[in-house]
Amino acid sequence: MAEALDLKAIGTRPIRPDGVEKVTGRANFGADMVLPGMIHAKVLRSPHAHARIKSVDVSRAAAMDGVYAAISGKDMPVEGANDLGINILARDKALYHGHAVAAVAARTPALAESALDLISVEYEELKPVLSIDEAIADGATLVNENMYTNGDRSQPPSNVAAMQTIERGDVEKGFAEADVVVENEYRVPTAHQGYIEPHACIASINEAGRATIWCCTQGQFDVRSMTAGVLNKKVSDIKVIPSEIGGGFGGKTTIYLEPVAVKLSELSGRPVKMVMSREEVFRATGPTSATLCRVKVGAKNDGTVTAATAWLAYEAGAFPGAPVGPGCMSVLAPYDLENLRIEGRDVLVNKPKVAAYRAPGAPQSMHAMECTMDDVARKIGMDPLDLRLKNAADEGTVAPYGPKFPAIGLVECLKAAKEHPNYLSKPADGVGRGVAVGFWFNIGMQSSAEVRIAENGAVTIMEGSPDIGGSRASMCLMASETLGVPYETINAHVGDTEATGFCNVTGGSRTTFATGLAVVQACEDIIAQCKERAALTWDLDVEQVDWQDGQAVPKPGVNADVSPLSLADIAGSAGRTGGPLLGRASLNAQGPGASFSVNWTDVEVDRDTGKVDVLAFTAVQDAGRAIHPAYVEGQMQGGAVQGLGWALNEEYIYDQNGVMENAGFLDYRVPVASDMPMIDCQIIEVPNPSHRYGVRGVGETPIVAPLAATSNAVRDALGFRINDLPLSPPRVLAALEENA
Amino acid sequence: MSKMHISTMVNGQPEEALCEPHQSLLDVLRDEMGLTGTKEGCGTGDCGACTVQLDGRLVCSCLVLGAEADGKEVTTIEGIANPDGLHVVQQKFLEHAALQCGICTPGFIVAAKALLDKDPDPDETTIRYWLAGNLCRCTGYDKIIRAVQDAAAELAQSS
Repeated sequence: MAEALDLKAIGTRPIRPDGVEKVTGRANFGADMVLPGMIHAKVLRSPHAHARIKSVDVSRAAAMDGVYAAISGKDMPVEGANDLGINILARDKALYHGHAVAAVAARTPALAESALDLISVEYEELKPVLSIDEAIADGATLVNENMYTNGDRSQPPSNVAAMQTIERGDVEKGFAEADVVVENEYRVPTAHQGYIEPHACIASINEAGRATIWCCTQGQFDVRSMTAGVLNKKVSDIKVIPSEIGGGFGGKTTIYLEPVAVKLSELSGRPVKMVMSREEVFRATGPTSATLCRVKVGAKNDGTVTAATAWLAYEAGAFPGAPVGPGCMSVLAPYDLENLRIEGRDVLVNKPKVAAYRAPGAPQSMHAMECTMDDVARKIGMDPLDLRLKNAADEGTVAPYGPKFPAIGLVECLKAAKEHPNYLSKPADGVGRGVAVGFWFNIGMQSSAEVRIAENGAVTIMEGSPDIGGSRASMCLMASETLGVPYETINAHVGDTEATGFCNVTGGSRTTFATGLAVVQACEDIIAQCKERAALTWDLDVEQVDWQDGQAVPKPGVNADVSPLSLADIAGSAGRTGGPLLGRASLNAQGPGASFSVNWTDVEVDRDTGKVDVLAFTAVQDAGRAIHPAYVEGQMQGGAVQGLGWALNEEYIYDQNGVMENAGFLDYRVPVASDMPMIDCQIIEVPNPSHRYGVRGVGETPIVAPLAATSNAVRDALGFRINDLPLSPPRVLAALEENA
Repeated sequence: MSKMHISTMVNGQPEEALCEPHQSLLDVLRDEMGLTGTKEGCGTGDCGACTVQLDGRLVCSCLVLGAEADGKEVTTIEGIANPDGLHVVQQKFLEHAALQCGICTPGFIVAAKALLDKDPDPDETTIRYWLAGNLCRCTGYDKIIRAVQDAAAELAQSS
């Protein structure tokens, strides 16, 4: 898509339509909803990381004054006892510390909490499996006695739920041709998405079996289908109303509370509200995989990479499903390689079931690769950007996972980085600089949109993508551009499962791309209708009518003595020309377009305390087309800081019994304002040919490169490499002492 | 245990509530007075989403008992805008896209306004340390800091 577009709205930075609600405290998030007659539920959680549940007795709790209902796993339908259902309420085994075992609904949250003490659970403690090394060792305790690697029952059961391999060329030959070979092993700990809003919902079910759920989620339709599955109900019996969402980063693409709340509502006849505590959020939701990655790269002295291998093991938690697949697919994706081999393992441990976290799987594996590339650059004495440029994937490169890349912007990002003043200025003495590349596939998937025109010409967009970071503004900008009407006349609404057409989750960096495309097409539907209405009004053929700058006009050369008709004109008289204007589109968007980034950071290490200070950070990323550049920068900056937090401090710290010792924001330390510098951004625009305006998703790529960029900067500052993350003061201090 | 009766001034209006002795000011604001603009992110004073002013002092309302607010003045996010429109800090948060999901925003705005009331010309470091008790997981803080800087500049111009 080489032609320049004459854009009026896209690329501007207007105020988001939901902004005033959010700066005044009016916006309703998950925990803000109340219903008449509502009661409150709390969850009893396992005190053991691995235990057989011999019995659960909720009768004493159920009998307490003010308690309306109490349940355990055996009260849930057996048909819903899939991994999700068992994670929501344990059946015969508690699989991690914090695993939900029972729940109570009572008049107040405090009463529900105290009723939990009256539930008797008899456990038989089992040895917990707490690391990849333990899980894959011979004779390891099994997290799940019925787990066979890739379902192959000819082999004994295993904690390795799945294995996969990607191979190309001849890696042995490639390594033999190399002048230098670097091989290393890297560990990245469990980290949490750390959204500030804990999970919350209200469920109310009537006597006809129709349930309504209000909740904070990245996908109301997924809540509907998952809840239906766990409760063995029809999706058509459940309506899900998404609240505003206080962050998700992938962690709110699944469910924890909703089926329990519906069940308790059914038993009590009341609406049931559930709100997690921060401690529950840490212990029982979301984290992403701790990983063990081994990467080997061979290169010639001119920088040509001759072979690369990656061995990746990802903790899945207690149920299969670690993001090791995308970890494998992304680890070598930035490079055009002849010889490669990637092996992945999905490993069960007695820890919470992992959930998606921003570019799931990529930060960990690409941390290993990008650190290794940095060491290769040092060995051959090459600038780290030049080494990447020498091997960079570009349009036509066959990605390690199969397809040929269409137009991508990695080379453009690398070139922009090389010319960036922040890169041209050399770091001061004692300051280390580290570079890394980031990548994410992005996804398309299904979206629907409706565009409704009020009688004064005002535009209402009804769509199904929960707005997690300003997407309503992007939808309005694309509608403004397409219709040719002012941004201020447009509003966007996120509908519930019955108000809007089906829509996949806000995730995979798909919203501005896929739902945006649906909005654009729905606007084009409106334009087609407006031309018909104008043709009718003017007694012309529709082919004789054009749409220009928000008005119907006769095409050049058409002899008609008429004044242009604006959207408001046509909408105001719509009753005489066929009824209200209603545009629609639904699609399964193809060609989301990968987004590449280049990050670098300058750090200083305090050799007395081991503390790493981030002095500067620059992110360059291909956005295809930045619809609302401030929110694109916001994704880049937010992802950078999230990645810096993971690189520098964030980790789940477990004791020997598998109990997380830092389940709060005081001890699981996410970055605060005083830890961070400004995050400089440069948006590169290599348009995605699959989107009307060239959009490619930007939300996930930003978290990928900061891990290795930070590690490489610390390497540069210290003169030696620390392979594992986080680069927290204790680890850095220990490494300094070891290398003294 | 019987409930306690408290009388407070909330955003300039007298408010009374019955609350449990263990109930936090946050819960009293949200559950008894219906002021849900103040958010709970952690309940342990670590995230700042529940930031309010109590007799002019910034507090995490999750760490204050409702009973402690008896006879005191509370300012919440609902009290920041005035009949003429948004406070300049709110306006600058919008103009700078200083919020993404928006859950931390009320706490940041209450804290940032308190800073500018006290120190109309803070430097970047001062702003960063003043706001270090408010967690934002979406923005990386950059645009929040710039919004506060711009609000300070605008206040300086108009005074």
